[in-house]
Amino acid sequence: MRSPFFKNHLELKAKMVDFHGWEMPLQYSGIIDEHKNVRESVGLFDVSHMGRFKIKGEAESQIQHLITNDISKIGDKQSIYSPMCNENGGIIDDVIVNRINSNEFVIVVNSSNIKKDLSWITKNVKSCEIQNVTDDYALLALQGPKAENVLKDAGVEQIENLKTFYLLEAKLYDIDCIISRTGYTGEDGFELFFDSKQVQVWEKLLETGTKYGIKPIGLGARDTLRLEAGLMLYGNDIDETITPLEAPLKWTVKFETEFIGKAALEQKKVERKIRGFEIIEAKRVARKDNKIYDEEKEIGIVTSGSFSPTLGKPIGYCFVPIEYSLEREIKIDIGGKFFDSKLTSTRFYKR
Amino acid sequence: MAEKKFTKEHEWIEKSDQIIIIGITEFAQDQLGDIVSIELPQVASSFKQNDVMAIIDSVKASSDIYCPVDGEIIEINEKLLEHPELINQSPYEEGWIVKIKPNNPEQIDSLLSKEQYDELVGQSKE
Repeated sequence: MRSPFFKNHLELKAKMVDFHGWEMPLQYSGIIDEHKNVRESVGLFDVSHMGRFKIKGEAESQIQHLITNDISKIGDKQSIYSPMCNENGGIIDDVIVNRINSNEFVIVVNSSNIKKDLSWITKNVKSCEIQNVTDDYALLALQGPKAENVLKDAGVEQIENLKTFYLLEAKLYDIDCIISRTGYTGEDGFELFFDSKQVQVWEKLLETGTKYGIKPIGLGARDTLRLEAGLMLYGNDIDETITPLEAPLKWTVKFETEFIGKAALEQKKVERKIRGFEIIEAKRVARKDNKIYDEEKEIGIVTSGSFSPTLGKPIGYCFVPIEYSLEREIKIDIGGKFFDSKLTSTRFYKR
Repeated sequence: MAEKKFTKEHEWIEKSDQIIIIGITEFAQDQLGDIVSIELPQVASSFKQNDVMAIIDSVKASSDIYCPVDGEIIEINEKLLEHPELINQSPYEEGWIVKIKPNNPEQIDSLLSKEQYDELVGQSKE
């Protein structure tokens, strides 16, 4: 599959990669350069591969049943992040629910889960119109401290008043656009939903952003940015065998609401936990599935590992028994060699 | 300067007197992307052809570097330990990796010529 901006990526000589069946840009100028650009000024991401479903009708209480977070906490034109669990409390997906109004919601899901989520949602949300609008809308993310300036220059009124996790229906270069102040980078930023035929928006944003040093950003830097910011990646860190309480997602589980998986989450004792780690001194990079040791004893596994461009050292997330708390020293087996490491918070970067 | 030879694993080698210099190709560094660390072998250690002698980590992947011929390490590029990005910036000059003394110099003859390597890379690009 190809995003509406496929040609733009080729023109920019992006290195392309197959991402769950989508031909997407891995990098343009280089992962570290792109990463720093987002932290220091602004970057433009094509995330049109993310799945989007529109639900119309009396959906609120039914969506509540699907997600662990409390949907009653948001009003019209607001968004909420939440895991969506199965009966066992395992994470089917982590999603963002956008409430357009009391009768219209747009759920954004991971591209790898589009089919699975659509059938799960269809099974559980009755008497509503459920549409997969992934191909109808383009989705771009504009992230970084200068993102607001770019949208302002692009003619978006009132953007400075838009709060985090709020939505704005606005004109972006005279095109109807829904803008949410959300992202996956740990920076201030926005996600832009608009008609997928309006492909000129990509070039226009790069043009408008030139004076702020905007750069296009690929999936490579998207991964290192989210990793530094403590954000989970579905398929790496979380999946259906993992509960939100084992991941650093306890804050999204609201037991005062009713949702699928609640009983399991209340009963199940949490025995393992995702922690951050950093490798001390050596610069070898740990990767997913490398094993974690306490002296001779195998105690866990790496779920995500990469190099932090901001910190200049290898970091990652791993599963360890719950009693292994922060600062605890561990060893990571990388290709048969053991590297001294320590457990940390999953948030390596705060803006 | 002597003509370079290449391996299928994207190392280049250059013969100079009794020693050979080894690095990775422009194609390899471009595929790996930003290189952030390298693990180098010890001087005086010996390797057989196709043994793993070094490991390169880029942001996105770890990659083994194979010894192209039997031989003994006589020098390593210690600059790379502090500045692994030299491999990205200058794969054929400042980014060289090791120098070795080959045990069977005739192995060099069986490595790929530049034309053969370019053809190989041209194919794997598509």
